[in-house]
Amino acid sequence: MGRARTFSVATSFGATIALFALVAFGCARYDNFLSLYNVTSVLRYNAMFALVSLGMCFVIMSGGIDLSVGAVAALGSVAAARASPQGLLAGLVAGVAAGLLMGTVNGLLVTRARLLPFIATLTTMLAAGGAALLLADNQSVAVSYTSGFTSLGQGDLGVVPVPCLIAAAAYAIGSGVLNLTAAGRTVLAVGGQEEASRLMGLRADRIKFGVYLASGGLAGLAGVILASQFGAGQPIEGAGWELSAIASVVVGGTLLSGGSGSVMSTLAGVLLLGVLFNVLNFENGLGLISLSAYWQSVIRGLFLLVVVAIQSTQTRIRRQAGFHS
Amino acid sequence: MIASDNTARELQELPAHRTLRLWSLASGKEALIALLLLIAFNAAFTPNFLTLQTLNVNLTQVCAIVIVAVGMTFVIATGGIDLSVGSLMAISGTLAPMIFMGKIRPIGNAYVAVAAAILLAVCCAGLLGVFNGWLVASLKVQPIVATLVLFISGRGIAQVLTDGHLQSFRVAEFQWIGLGKIGGVPVQVLLMALIVGAAAWSIRRTVFGSQLLAVGGNERASELAGLPVRRIKLAVYAISGICAGLAGLVVIAINSASDANLVGQGMELDAIAAVAVGGTSLRGGEARILGTLMGALTIQVVRYTLLANGVSDAAALIVKAAIIATAVWLQQTRKAF
Repeated sequence: MGRARTFSVATSFGATIALFALVAFGCARYDNFLSLYNVTSVLRYNAMFALVSLGMCFVIMSGGIDLSVGAVAALGSVAAARASPQGLLAGLVAGVAAGLLMGTVNGLLVTRARLLPFIATLTTMLAAGGAALLLADNQSVAVSYTSGFTSLGQGDLGVVPVPCLIAAAAYAIGSGVLNLTAAGRTVLAVGGQEEASRLMGLRADRIKFGVYLASGGLAGLAGVILASQFGAGQPIEGAGWELSAIASVVVGGTLLSGGSGSVMSTLAGVLLLGVLFNVLNFENGLGLISLSAYWQSVIRGLFLLVVVAIQSTQTRIRRQAGFHS
Repeated sequence: MIASDNTARELQELPAHRTLRLWSLASGKEALIALLLLIAFNAAFTPNFLTLQTLNVNLTQVCAIVIVAVGMTFVIATGGIDLSVGSLMAISGTLAPMIFMGKIRPIGNAYVAVAAAILLAVCCAGLLGVFNGWLVASLKVQPIVATLVLFISGRGIAQVLTDGHLQSFRVAEFQWIGLGKIGGVPVQVLLMALIVGAAAWSIRRTVFGSQLLAVGGNERASELAGLPVRRIKLAVYAISGICAGLAGLVVIAINSASDANLVGQGMELDAIAAVAVGGTSLRGGEARILGTLMGALTIQVVRYTLLANGVSDAAALIVKAAIIATAVWLQQTRKAF
């Protein structure tokens, strides 16, 4: 068992250690890596992914998966952009409400219609994408610059970008829910042994509905920040976000089979992926390598591949360790 | 989750066994009814529906979906899923023109060039399928996540190969597979029929067919019974890759152009939907190839109906999502009784 515990510690801190190593590498190699501008823009940009990944983390811990987050974020961004002339709050509410709506659909499809999570969320991915295009008239929707809506994505509080504050608050709440409340424990129980937790009287369906609802709402919120940050609601943005989110969650040591996981390690996973792309941009800037935008998806896929390979090996070693003791 | 999966699998063992015998009777009946209803609706409301041209248009467009969906049926029958098919179509659709247009290495004889292009492109897609299978069978990565890797990076590879540029061509020897006709029937329709026939035969009549159904029905039991589970899984993902590679070639042959950003976009969902609408359980253990054919035809006619009656693309997406969800749900409910 001793060996098993060592490995689980290595998994949960692996992302954090890799993150520090990558940051140290960046500091040593590039002049402006730790400049205020670079740090805040990396954080500002990755706040959206952090929110989406937080929702994904809860869904995966409950034993499911949410492939619709990218399309839902796109829908949220369009809804927010449409409502933005009415002010910051209206935009925020519209975007999050659109996300919650799609989350509700996911939750109902999984808990009531008993569809497999991936097929349920794959269809909502299609529907949310269609709804976003309809709402946007097939083009990007400019947000209002006079109503204060853009401060949500572009504003700063002191030196800290507003999106980071939102993401930090969301992670604090998420971590609290997971570690301190009964609901958090139930998510893990349902993800670990759904049948057993049902027999123990836990409300498995209610919890599963809750995680899809939360994931939808967080994706909607990410969409609001997307619209606010880039000045437009973008109906075809968000493709591939689900992959980034899954990769971040997995690299944070959360098992894809459900039943275990950590919110804060997920954040480390998000930052690791964000800093990796930042480092690649710096390399591009140095002119030593030249990577087109198309390489991004290749690298993202490779990243996921490496992560699942490591996780699979660790699971096998852990299983063997458990067997011998 | 694990416990409920196991019980579900065990409960399904009986019906799965029965489907082996009743396969030809039951396959795709619901899909066939839906298809006939749709055709009746169109005959009544869509102008010029019952013409040879409409039939040709629909058959041409459905071929790619059917070919991919047949491969997907094999994967789903083993309890897996392949999300990477669209990206594999993009890779083979990008690679083939690069070869027969001599961008990699000039080849003198047009026939040799085209043969090499087709062979290499399809083999490449097949090998990437083997890679998917290796992730699933050897590394024990869940199929959704394993194939997600190529779902995103596969299209990236195709885009990197061409730097995102469109490749247009006019090579009659190659485009024969998309535009040619044998005895009045388009070559691609014959290709599709051939693949459907071969797949249905191998599921029904070969040891491999029974083995893959066994693996999908109860993997643990199959392993204990000594079936080569790992090899079977590698094989089904390879088949799915090969089918996707062929479909990619058909699509670019029809279009006389290959756009890495677009070839096979969204195909994974169409293929999964065709399988589900065709009555194959997404939980594995059965494979209804003719049902998949009916499912793909149904999806194609739905798409044509919406288009012909002026429904916008965006709204059509929502309708399609609703149809897929309903089909999968209906199919599951039927299983429960």
